[in-house]
Amino acid sequence: MLFDNEIFQITLLSLQVSALATLISLLIGLPFGTWLALGNFRGRSFMLSIVNTGMALPPVVVGLVVAISLWRSGPLGGLRLIYTPVAIIIAQTIISAPVVMGLTAAALESLDPRLQQQLLGLGASRLQMIWMLWREARLPLLAALMAGFGSVISEVGASMMVGGNIRGQTRVLTTAIVLETSKGEFDKALALSALLLILTYLINLALTLIQQRGQKK
Amino acid sequence: MSELISIRGLLIQRNGRDALKIASLGIERGETLAVVGPNGAGKSTLLLALAHLIKPKHGGILFNGKPISHMNDLEYRRKISFVFQDPLLMDMTVHHNIALGLMFRGTNKDEMRARVLRWSKAMGVESLLGRRAGQLSGGEAQRVSLARAFVLDPELLLMDEPFSAVDPPTRSALLKDLSDILSQDHRTTIFVTHNLKEAAQISHRVAVIINGELKQVGAPREIKAKPADQGVKEFLKEL
Repeated sequence: MLFDNEIFQITLLSLQVSALATLISLLIGLPFGTWLALGNFRGRSFMLSIVNTGMALPPVVVGLVVAISLWRSGPLGGLRLIYTPVAIIIAQTIISAPVVMGLTAAALESLDPRLQQQLLGLGASRLQMIWMLWREARLPLLAALMAGFGSVISEVGASMMVGGNIRGQTRVLTTAIVLETSKGEFDKALALSALLLILTYLINLALTLIQQRGQKK
Repeated sequence: MSELISIRGLLIQRNGRDALKIASLGIERGETLAVVGPNGAGKSTLLLALAHLIKPKHGGILFNGKPISHMNDLEYRRKISFVFQDPLLMDMTVHHNIALGLMFRGTNKDEMRARVLRWSKAMGVESLLGRRAGQLSGGEAQRVSLARAFVLDPELLLMDEPFSAVDPPTRSALLKDLSDILSQDHRTTIFVTHNLKEAAQISHRVAVIINGELKQVGAPREIKAKPADQGVKEFLKEL
């Protein structure tokens, strides 16, 4: 069963939706986290606390809210996205974006605050300064990316609620594990779990190697 | 000589309180001015204001006769260079650290290489160009930080206690090298220090700031001989 066509398709879909959700989270989380870390505006602490709370968002609650929004009678029902891979990507992005955002802000806040002044004092434009700060914090930023990916590849509640676990369409590894367990097919559930663990390990190994290379440089 | 920097009626507030007041101060082109004063007196605030990294509440700073508040921030900052108390080097090689400001300005590679080589030699860090910043000693790191500032050929060099974090022998070696370079280079420099002896060795004039107020400006010997008031006298006694 482990290497049949269906498993391959489920694995591929899992990787696609989680990778895309992580990428979108990065595109949202990196600039917004940077703004929160470097900005000096009223309500910054409040916004940071909201983002930090968002890092612990229960996937099942996200799934419920996205499902209600995308439901046929819901405010975004006209888009007909419920029970599609896009719905899973939306839910997973909502889960991982605060993780990337919060860890980005923390990574930049951990740098010496005078570094900004030093870079500006050397004639950096605002964008050059931000680029250099990202470069300086590249290791914790990579950790933010790993945490963002980890939060979505392993979640099941949201994918189940907004994807519907439809065979050949929205079934991903985690929802397939739940299904096999509910059927009492523990050997299949265990095999899928092992596959998920191996994939997660390989991706994190690759990111860790990049991180360590960055450390040696 | 003409004034490169003119400060007029400057008031800077930080955290809601007056941090620095200067009625009038001019810095001649090619002059080295040392700024001395106790901790928290407002010396670093003056440098940050001169780099336009903090904005004054009142008054202003003229650079070449133009108010810096009317100049484009980036354009203005590319005429100056700032050396902080800590070297604040980036996690890259010494070569890249020295070239950083040139990279920001889009200087071409050949010129960049030549300038980095010239100033790394002048600062005695030529043999360290391939090393990572994290592998340097405190003195080496501060030399790299000085090379990184000089390589930009700034019209105005701002130094905020650049030697306070290094041990005394390294400090006197660095001071001697910097003093030699400045006496040949005639670069307008403002040098913040706690140490009047250090100030006398490196500067043409000394400005004493106490409790956020400029108390006296003059030649080091003059200040020692005739302190402007009791506050300056007390400060000099503590040194």
